[in-house]
Amino acid sequence: MFALVDANNMYVSCERVFQPRLCGRPVVVLSSNDGACIARSNEAKDLGVKMAQPWFQVRHLERSAGLLAVSANFELYGDMSSRMMAVVARFAPRQEVYSIDESFLDFEGVRGDLVGIGRDLRATVLMETGLPTSVGFGPTKTLAKLANHIAKIADRKPGSYPGHLAQVCNLVTLSEADRLKAFAATEVGNVWGVGRKIGARLVEGGVRTVLDLVRCDVATLRKQFSVVLEKTVLELRGTSCLSMDEAPAAKQQILVSRSFGKAVTDVAGIVEAVSEFTSRAAESLRLQDGAAGAVNVFFTTSPFRQNDRQHGPSVTVPLVRPTSDSRHLVAAAVAAVHRLFRPGFNYVKAGVMLVDLQPADQRQCELDLFSAASDAPGEQPQRDRSALMATMDELNRRFGRSSVHIGSASTTAHETDERSWATRQERRSPRFTTRWDEMPTVRT
Amino acid sequence: MYSFDAIPDGAAVGSDPSAKPRETRSTAAGFGSPGADSTVKRIDLNDALIRHPDATFVMRAAGAAMQGAGIDDADVLLVDRAIQPSHGHIVVAVVDGELVCRRLWKQAGSTRLEAAFTDNHATHADIVPDEGMPLEVWGVVTTVIKSLMPR
Repeated sequence: MFALVDANNMYVSCERVFQPRLCGRPVVVLSSNDGACIARSNEAKDLGVKMAQPWFQVRHLERSAGLLAVSANFELYGDMSSRMMAVVARFAPRQEVYSIDESFLDFEGVRGDLVGIGRDLRATVLMETGLPTSVGFGPTKTLAKLANHIAKIADRKPGSYPGHLAQVCNLVTLSEADRLKAFAATEVGNVWGVGRKIGARLVEGGVRTVLDLVRCDVATLRKQFSVVLEKTVLELRGTSCLSMDEAPAAKQQILVSRSFGKAVTDVAGIVEAVSEFTSRAAESLRLQDGAAGAVNVFFTTSPFRQNDRQHGPSVTVPLVRPTSDSRHLVAAAVAAVHRLFRPGFNYVKAGVMLVDLQPADQRQCELDLFSAASDAPGEQPQRDRSALMATMDELNRRFGRSSVHIGSASTTAHETDERSWATRQERRSPRFTTRWDEMPTVRT
Repeated sequence: MYSFDAIPDGAAVGSDPSAKPRETRSTAAGFGSPGADSTVKRIDLNDALIRHPDATFVMRAAGAAMQGAGIDDADVLLVDRAIQPSHGHIVVAVVDGELVCRRLWKQAGSTRLEAAFTDNHATHADIVPDEGMPLEVWGVVTTVIKSLMPR
């Protein structure tokens, strides 16, 4: 039995925890160049603001509808994410962090009222972190994800689904008839693993709802689409094809993590792993012509080694500007490791997550604006860097992964330099939980 | 010597939420093997002052209405969201979209937020929630950190 727990409108919710005046009002969070809406409150969704919609298209709503916009604050979101994940992890034997605001829980072997556990989990996360969440239970990961979607929509749009499915939804405890009704009320595009393109093709072929999809012939789907879609349908029918730590890639982040063969106790070992993971993530990033605005780094001891002292730090480092350059990403990640590392622990796992992803071309024109002013003297011009990265990727493809890689020892952390933040993120709120001089003020 | 202002970025609460030693050793009398005690470490204020690291936040006080409770302007407060607020707690509450620190008065079915001036009698800064409006407590203040160094 799986659960998928995620925060509702994560970035907006993080802002609201420390700025209660944002509650109940339409709020959007803008990407790190203030170009597009990357998170929307329910009120903003109701105003018709679309995901990733350019800010200039909705800007008029500031005056006409009281829309509030804040710049992305990934340091804050990263810290709130690690708090949320830590609280969520208490509720099940195993947790798989899937993205900055989602994690799967494996309830294998847990008996009892799962909906009750889910409500308790939701209440605890809300109390301790201030973040509202949705919880979906299902016998497969795809069904847990679907249940989570139903829980969220049932809460946001009363009448869309039966009211008792709001916030916490367990597809298993529904009667067969109710389950089919819920499937029929859910568009096929909301299924995990069904992308926009495949979704459109399915709808063209008359497969509009989850119910339509479940009733498709899997052999035909495999032929016309892919094995992946076949697996998705099997999962929707209750046959588990994806185990823990196995999932289609999330769209908003690139995550590379791995458990170590044996415990790592020195900082060099963590640096090496994190450098490699960052390089691999950066390669995927370039493959999709993206740039990342922030890097999340984490490493942890094993809760199963009961006699070990436990330590599991995690930090999100915003970059001065979005980049796909391995050298800058690795430098930021390695600097984070040096800040977080504590000697005397047996670390067994590490990971890197690239977040605040955006198209690289959008970045390119901005880089040109900035490069003259903020690049260190002697720095190669920007285009040469892209060429360097392309060459590196090509060499690695030809000669095998990590044939050519970034030497961490020589990298510097100048990409985490603060100076040009103010010019780029006019509306950023304080980094309430990670900066001593930016903590929230309370009136006494 | 570290001055108060020298606390580095990232040393705030939550930077290191899961660092807690596990006390699994039995307490035997006498001296054990000199190498056995690997849990000895310097006092860590995070461990000492923060019971719920994932739920604890740092805030700076601004104002004079809580001086009677030992909270001066510019003091730093540790605010724990995992503690169930009850009568007598110093709490951070949400009042008109703003975070406000007061003493929670919760007796005989009535709830209000009391100021704590040093002269003890002023009540003009008390906050009484409107009828039917639930009082939203953000968290419970567990600790005041006060710098005694001239700025």
